[in-house]
Amino acid sequence: MRKEIIKLNVGPQHPSTHGVLRLLVELEGEVVVSCDPDIGYLHRGIEKLMENRTYHRSIPLTERVDYLAGAANSLGYILAVERLLGIEEIPPRARYIRVIVAELTRIASHLFWLATHGHDLGAMTPLFYALRDREVIMDFFEKWAGKRLFPNMFRVGGVAKDFPDGMEQEIRKFAEELPEKMKDYETLLTKNPIWINRTKGVGVLSIDEVLDWGLSGPMARGSGLDFDIRKVDPYLGYDEFDFVVPLGKNGDTYDRYLIRLEEMRQSCRIILQALDRMPKGDIMIDDYKVAFPPKEKVVNGEYLIPHYLLVVKGFKTPKGEVFHHTEAPKGELAFYIVSDGSEHPYRVKIRTPSFVNLQVISKLAKGRLLSDLIALIGTIDIVLADVDR
Amino acid sequence: MDIKKYTEKILSALPKEAVKSVQEFRGQVSLIVESERIIDVLKLLRDRFGFRYLIDLTAVDHLPNEPRFEVVYHLWCHAEKRLIRVKTFAKGEPPTISSVVGLWSTANWHERECYDMFGIIFDGHPDLRRILLWEGFDGHPLRKDYPVEGRDEKRNN
Repeated sequence: MRKEIIKLNVGPQHPSTHGVLRLLVELEGEVVVSCDPDIGYLHRGIEKLMENRTYHRSIPLTERVDYLAGAANSLGYILAVERLLGIEEIPPRARYIRVIVAELTRIASHLFWLATHGHDLGAMTPLFYALRDREVIMDFFEKWAGKRLFPNMFRVGGVAKDFPDGMEQEIRKFAEELPEKMKDYETLLTKNPIWINRTKGVGVLSIDEVLDWGLSGPMARGSGLDFDIRKVDPYLGYDEFDFVVPLGKNGDTYDRYLIRLEEMRQSCRIILQALDRMPKGDIMIDDYKVAFPPKEKVVNGEYLIPHYLLVVKGFKTPKGEVFHHTEAPKGELAFYIVSDGSEHPYRVKIRTPSFVNLQVISKLAKGRLLSDLIALIGTIDIVLADVDR
Repeated sequence: MDIKKYTEKILSALPKEAVKSVQEFRGQVSLIVESERIIDVLKLLRDRFGFRYLIDLTAVDHLPNEPRFEVVYHLWCHAEKRLIRVKTFAKGEPPTISSVVGLWSTANWHERECYDMFGIIFDGHPDLRRILLWEGFDGHPLRKDYPVEGRDEKRNN
């Protein structure tokens, strides 16, 4: 029998690569000998663009880093800028709105992951269920911000707009019903023998490997590493919420599937607690050197001039450097901002979870079947915009 | 243990001539390290103080200052739940610094990105080539002397 290595190009245009990922795979029969990801097809130079913009004008750019979890990215950026400015307290209502939107974003991102991951491995039905529920979250964002994927509503010092009337009840209804609906997804997959065969024992990672490869998010927790930034380095007052960080035992694709499902349930718990505690009141700090004054007051010169200066010139920040990390749906999202004291950041580095997590695929795919590679792309949960920035 | 005491504890264990200075801003500590000793310092932090997670590795271009390229490492200790930032300079032309892929596999892509964006050579890197841009791209776009609108790009207006 003749043995030879076949070189196969997976992507960049292929539905199961979740965007424009190109994998150069060498195959011996059906077994992967080596796998080299080729990324950069979606590189937009966001870091360079941010160096030339004022701090506020960068917010829409940051939302487009991970386009399935837009609000989670601008949240990380805003928190980094606030740390740079030394803003420690924002009005409680604004803080709870941020928490609710961040958790809704996490659910939306995980639902999309469930839809595509299931679909990649041959389960069609979860796609329809999950996208139906994700659509509800998109509608919330549309009602609140006028935009579905990128609400673009977080500002330095608060949020730009309060929730419209009645939306709090709608979100509560959604968060109460979702865990019930998720039982349907579980009946489709959790005990399905095909699903178990395709995911159990695929892409196994030990804790040492997780640390060596710098993995975060469900990729780290799947192997049992207790690392959720909401718990270990709380921001936005996450320490006051009662929620559990699910951990896996075997570190395989199946465990990471269970973890993401559980995270959605925990996010619902956080949303319900935040809705219970959310007071009425301001949604923006009143330091108009850095924060926008309320829109209805901008007719008055006292508010008009700071508003004008903020839009046209931006604000100056103290000289220094800050690093702020948040638990984005896909893992650790960190912003490192170096400021030279001007209105523009001197350097911004966006440490995205997908970029770091994707790296491990060449190690995991080696010696596995080509069909496992598709499961691995799904379980790492990448968005190519997040990889390439 | 508060951050000052903890920093002192780390400093006392590190070789004296390796750490040039310590900065603190907004509760975050940066160690500025001699570039020749960067591997020793990071290895010590990893093995003795439990900073086993390299969150991020990046660079900052300080044009027109010399040395120009600062390389920044962010480390996290899972046991103590602490962050530390280690900074050093890549000297020479082209700017060169030792690679840390031997300490963390995750540094592989971070260093490739730094090479791609800043042109910093990581000595000892197993596979140093461009990652986001294509082979044959001219220049390193995150350098401060690279124009934001690009070079020789066709403009629409």
